[in-house]
Amino acid sequence: MAGHFEPLAGGGAAVALDEVEISILRSLAVQLLELVGPGDGHGPDDADPLARLFAEGPSEPPTDPALARLFPDAYGEPGAHQDPQERAHAAEFRRYTENDLRARKREDALGVVRSLDSLTVGGDRGAVLRLSPEDCRQWLGALNDLRLAIGTRLEIGDEGDSDALFRLPDEDPRKPMVMAYLWLGGLQETLVEALMP
Amino acid sequence: MGGVSVAPVEIERPESSEAPYAVAEPDVPWVTLVHNDPVNLMSYVTYVFQAYFGYPKDKAHRLMLDVHEKGRATVSSGSREEMERDVQAMHGYGLWATLSQDR
Repeated sequence: MAGHFEPLAGGGAAVALDEVEISILRSLAVQLLELVGPGDGHGPDDADPLARLFAEGPSEPPTDPALARLFPDAYGEPGAHQDPQERAHAAEFRRYTENDLRARKREDALGVVRSLDSLTVGGDRGAVLRLSPEDCRQWLGALNDLRLAIGTRLEIGDEGDSDALFRLPDEDPRKPMVMAYLWLGGLQETLVEALMP
Repeated sequence: MGGVSVAPVEIERPESSEAPYAVAEPDVPWVTLVHNDPVNLMSYVTYVFQAYFGYPKDKAHRLMLDVHEKGRATVSSGSREEMERDVQAMHGYGLWATLSQDR
């Protein structure tokens, strides 16, 4: 899978994608939507916009490691033990911010799904995706969230451990996920380059 | 809980210098720290520092290198409310950020 973004003359970026790439990207974005979900603040009053506006988010970090990476504590050294005050501050921060943060990440992933759904696959079984600067921002966010989620699942650690992951034999069950991770990295890297020439 | 660290979510903005809230918090700045992680691309971290903070490319690049090589970098400083806003923005971009009082 090649796939790299090129800058567009009036701002934004474009990438040529084939049918398989479109389908993989769409499926990954949908999985990200499912992972991020509405969060623990979700309740029966969710249809009421006013109730939603005042709904508090959770005070505890998510138990799923990938979600915990997407929604980290705002107080305390990562990986270190939090003192009671840091824990209380982190909980308060989370109550007031996590719902908005989840909404933003859902919007980014939805933006990816929408732009892929707008593509018409041509006779050569491919299409060129053209993104506006605002689309690019959503794509960058979603590509990064996907890489964070997959990276956590693959337990990518220091640069040293990753090297072994990237040389897995073909029969290793993690191989497809590693390939997807690297491919998404290439897309993200070239999208950043396209936006910052 | 008590003392100076429990700041209200909405900090009252004093209208004038004699506002009673002006002395509510000691004048010790807070900082936003961005921590290294093995997934975020160096180019993306630089992009975020430029896009969100409006830092010139050189400064954004230097801060990114600090994150990468020293494990973390102080990317902004100010009131606790401002730093909470910056940390929330960094989490929005997927960077691992925390705030703390600069002691």
